Amino acid sequence: MIHSLFLINPSGDIFLEKHWKSVVSRSVCDYFLEAKEKALEPEDVPPVIHTPRHYLISIYRDKLFFLSVIQTEVPPLFVIEFLHRVAEMIQDYFGECSETVVKDNMVMVYELLEEMLDNGFPLATESNVLKEMIRPPTILRSVVNTLTGTSNIGDTLPTGQLSTIPWRRAGVKYTNNEAYFDVVEEIDAILDQSGTTVFAEIQGVVGACVKLSGMPDLTLSFMNPRLLDDVSFHPCVRYKRWESERVLSFIPPDGNFTLMTYHVNAQNLVAIPVYVKQSISFFESGSGGRLDVTVGPKQTMGKTVEGVMVTVHLPKTILSVNLTATQGSYTYDNGTKLLVWDIGKLNPQKLPNLRGSLSLQAGAPKPEENPSLNIDLKIQQLAISGLKVNRLDMFGEKYKPFKGVKYITKAGKFQVRT
Amino acid sequence: MVCSVSICAGEIFELKAELNSDKKEKKKEAVKKVIASMTVGKDVSALFPDVVNCMQTDNLELKKLVYLYLMNYAKSQPDMAIMAVNTFVKDCEDANPLIRALAVRTMGCIRVDKITEYLCEPLRKCLKDEDPYVRKTAAVCVAKLHDINAQLVEDQGFLDTLKDLISDSNPMVVANAVAALSEIAESHPNSNLLDLNPQSINKLLTALNECTEWGQIFILDCLANYTPRDDRESQSICERVTPRLSHANSAVVLSAVKVLMKFMEMLPKDLDYYGTLLKKLAPPLVTLLSAEPELQYVALRNINLIVQKRPEILKHEMKVFFVKYNDPIYVKLEKLDIMIRLASQANIAQVLAELKEYATEVDVDFVRKAVRAIGRCAIKVEQSAERCVSTLLDLIQTKVNYVVQEAIVVIKDIFRKYPNKYESVIATLCENLDSLDEPEARAAMIWIVGEYAERIDNADELLESFLEGFHDESTQVQLQLLTAIVKLFLKKPTETQELVQQVLSLATQDSDNPDLRDRGYIYWRLLSTDPVAAKEVVLAEKPLISEETDLIEPTLLEELICHIGTLASVYHKPPSAFVEGSRGVMHKRLPLGGDIGGSPAMGAGFGAAPAVMPASLNAPVGGGLGDLFDLGGGVGMPMGAYIPPKTVWLPAMKAKGLEISGTFARRAGVIQMELILTNKAMSVMTDFAIQFNRNSFGLAPAGPLQVLTPLGPNQTIEVSLPLSTVGPVMKMDPLNNLQVAVKNNIDVFYFSCQYPISMLFVEDGKMERQVFLATWKDIPNDNESQFQIKDCHLNSDAASSKLQGSNIFTIAKRTVEGQDMLYMSIKLSNGIWVLAELRVQAGNPNYTVSTGTGEGRRTTLLKEREI
Repeated sequence: MIHSLFLINPSGDIFLEKHWKSVVSRSVCDYFLEAKEKALEPEDVPPVIHTPRHYLISIYRDKLFFLSVIQTEVPPLFVIEFLHRVAEMIQDYFGECSETVVKDNMVMVYELLEEMLDNGFPLATESNVLKEMIRPPTILRSVVNTLTGTSNIGDTLPTGQLSTIPWRRAGVKYTNNEAYFDVVEEIDAILDQSGTTVFAEIQGVVGACVKLSGMPDLTLSFMNPRLLDDVSFHPCVRYKRWESERVLSFIPPDGNFTLMTYHVNAQNLVAIPVYVKQSISFFESGSGGRLDVTVGPKQTMGKTVEGVMVTVHLPKTILSVNLTATQGSYTYDNGTKLLVWDIGKLNPQKLPNLRGSLSLQAGAPKPEENPSLNIDLKIQQLAISGLKVNRLDMFGEKYKPFKGVKYITKAGKFQVRT
Repeated sequence: MVCSVSICAGEIFELKAELNSDKKEKKKEAVKKVIASMTVGKDVSALFPDVVNCMQTDNLELKKLVYLYLMNYAKSQPDMAIMAVNTFVKDCEDANPLIRALAVRTMGCIRVDKITEYLCEPLRKCLKDEDPYVRKTAAVCVAKLHDINAQLVEDQGFLDTLKDLISDSNPMVVANAVAALSEIAESHPNSNLLDLNPQSINKLLTALNECTEWGQIFILDCLANYTPRDDRESQSICERVTPRLSHANSAVVLSAVKVLMKFMEMLPKDLDYYGTLLKKLAPPLVTLLSAEPELQYVALRNINLIVQKRPEILKHEMKVFFVKYNDPIYVKLEKLDIMIRLASQANIAQVLAELKEYATEVDVDFVRKAVRAIGRCAIKVEQSAERCVSTLLDLIQTKVNYVVQEAIVVIKDIFRKYPNKYESVIATLCENLDSLDEPEARAAMIWIVGEYAERIDNADELLESFLEGFHDESTQVQLQLLTAIVKLFLKKPTETQELVQQVLSLATQDSDNPDLRDRGYIYWRLLSTDPVAAKEVVLAEKPLISEETDLIEPTLLEELICHIGTLASVYHKPPSAFVEGSRGVMHKRLPLGGDIGGSPAMGAGFGAAPAVMPASLNAPVGGGLGDLFDLGGGVGMPMGAYIPPKTVWLPAMKAKGLEISGTFARRAGVIQMELILTNKAMSVMTDFAIQFNRNSFGLAPAGPLQVLTPLGPNQTIEVSLPLSTVGPVMKMDPLNNLQVAVKNNIDVFYFSCQYPISMLFVEDGKMERQVFLATWKDIPNDNESQFQIKDCHLNSDAASSKLQGSNIFTIAKRTVEGQDMLYMSIKLSNGIWVLAELRVQAGNPNYTVSTGTGEGRRTTLLKEREI
């Protein structure tokens, strides 16, 4: 199982190590650092590396490398999933996942890691269970602790760990009982030069924030569950009910969690909310080129498109740009060759346009590669797939909870080719 | 790059004082500081006694901190660590189950032999604890202890207790017991620790629904090792596993896919459920591709296997494999590979449009692979070849150096698949001759020029231009250039005589590369002795290349499918090939489907159990002699030479699906090689032929291999091949080793096997008594050897007649002091005589054999080695 964990920052310093079995020398990370040197971007480091005696499985997240060492045949997905849990746990406890935060809370992180694995076997990875054993730091609590000498560590048995619903702790109590659901959809798309959709799909997430007392049993139903043919659920969802009635029936964890993710596939037609008219061309002589980009609304279901942003990865030989935007502002970073045009809200009456000239480094030939555009956007109160929540019912408790549903559509990996 | 962090003495001193403070708070803060130093890799082991002193406390946090410290440093301070034992033992009796579990858990992490002795009793109690939380912690502790001291765990009977926990009422305990047993089983491949039967399977399936996501992974991986009794059981397990495909944890999903892919094999294809299951597999695999890139990578490596095994699952999902601009490079390359595997006539237009798009990207490696992919599409989908070629030509027009080179390499392959179809493009290719600087591209271009020399007017000029820098070229290019010029010469002999002279002399006289020189000489001799033959050889029609070249070989694929989700599936290698920790992994096979017959029972009809070999005897003939005795056992049995049971000589994995097993026999004075050929590949095998390498006794096939009908998939054929002993002789090591080459329409395969020397014993091996006596005396002492055959319950007469069946002849017999002495002679096929004395004592099952030969050095060798 998982032998050791190293946390490494982008410059290659190891700032935390944890061993669940015998101690493995940190020199094992050299193989990883070598691979990291070779990769152009930190994202490009291969996730599974074979060394003579160990396997190194790593993830890159929040600008940190989480590197685990294993010695026997362990499912790599198991390890990668676990590493993401570690990152989520740090985020959950300390509000962000960064080197500073880990260094400031070194001992608590270490204690948490100890609770998460035993001999490399996952022990407690549910945030609810962990929080019962090791309380997250708050300013108030650390003051109280210093004054009274009490500790952050719970000394009762975490009840959730034994019940068949390990995700929920017992004895939850709220004065305001509320349950909010967020339906967030991201459009992943590739549009070709002429604006035709090469590929498009929707990744949906139903996130929940449930603060309900006791042991509520919830049922969430949709207006059009037929859309959902490819779903994955939080362990709390009863699969049989979904199979037979297409409703989500579950006893929720306490607090924030992801209830369901779904995937609306390329076979169904995916609405593309914006169109992009662009032309980026370079002169044959190789001295420079022109750029002209216009963005306009397409299938928006009558909603406003906000937060529109266009990112262009310009060729390496570009020296500078000289552009004018009719709306919003643009920035160009010559180091990364990234041109970012922040448009904001899309006004159908007056389409935003960015145009001007590009100049190349002296003597550089006409660039070979075609730049590619990435689009960011946001539409409030709309799930672009058309998914709608019908109703939420609660059983098992007597009180009346506040309920709410919010929809939002965003661009995921939304790419326009030139 | 990584440097160890040091801690200064003053700091240690300060911490020491704080640790020994009377105030609890101060103590705790001090321990925290120590732990903090430890986590960043500073060495704080000097504080060991002071920290351990803080262990006896009611404060749970302090206790946990001290435990953390202990686990890290106990190994370096084993004597000190003993101090902690008492507290541990006491904590294991604590009223609070959390403390009990914590104590047993920590104790297992202290890798000190002395401590493990004390651990056994508390562990035994905790395994039977009333609280499931303690039981589940104890289960993992058994795995820890096993890692430290495997013998102790076995002696104490913990493995049996662990097996009992599989039937525990609590699902979490079941999952942990399975996990612990799986880990232990990995170091004991044959221990049958996870002996699954329908009852335990049912328990596991029940626990599967209720345990944590990690527990589900352990249980699913364990289920995958089970072989259901029939298709009905297989279906019912599949039905209960399918809901896991919708789990949020990708590792659970992939483990479930593994179980389903394996058990599906047993379902009849016409079953409705089979179709339903196929449909259910696609969405979860697609969903994995929207996860984080690292998860995507592992998923893609596995999907690569799945689409090779069952292309129907994802055949409509081509688009999800389209590469996105910000995918990491390792994801891009994997997606590309799968796109080609899914390419078919139906979607080829889309695929080609995408590939052309990728060919203009920034990343050079990716662009190259995309260009290569276009070529692979052309070879795979015949209807698309023309479009692929025109796409490649478009790309050549871009004049981007590496794109052009890569395109030329793949066009060469297209020519090899579709000869005489696209040669019109050669002119365009020739325009780019000067820009080629990579050996592979140069070699490809030269091959094209040579192969189509008759259609290229200035072929001689083109090739001549390469010749100038002949010695600076890589071997690949040199070899190709040599062949191409010879081809050119054979096609246009008049104009190119000078050129061919030049290249032959460059290759043979000025080069120190043996391959190049040899090839040069061969061409030279061929051309000078028999130009017609040269033409036949050099310009012979070549077999077409096929799309299958990049597919994983079927037996390996089957094994990898059984390892979906593991490292093996990421590396596409069987675990035995790379997992160091797995000592002797067993090869896993997919269960056989209902409509496929079992493989023929090996060695059936050769009833003799393997002989018990005398320990002192490792030489094969000695063993062979032992075997001779063992056969039959009763006198009434038909007499005949001993035939060893058939063994597998060439496993299908090494021979692209052809499995060969066989044995040797001597029948009516003729040595025969009896072979069973089994076709385990998907395609039909034809054109079998066999050859032997030179060997010690000059064995050679006396006729061709009689496989007249093509061998279809899953077909088996038995052939017997008569052998002669007049072939070329070369001493082998061991002496009875035989190297064999078998050829079929797919490839040539090599293997070696050992024949029993006894089959070389000829029928006229009975020596005259007088000659025997004289020879026996003449045998020098060094040529003699003695050994014993144990546990042979035949009397001397029975032994004698039995041995005669194998052409070992008794010349004389005498009885001295209750011992029967048999004198025997053997003649080998190469005329060497071997004489033997066999002593049999009535009632004693052990025989003593003294042997010797009278011949010169070579027989000495034979005797020492073999008898």
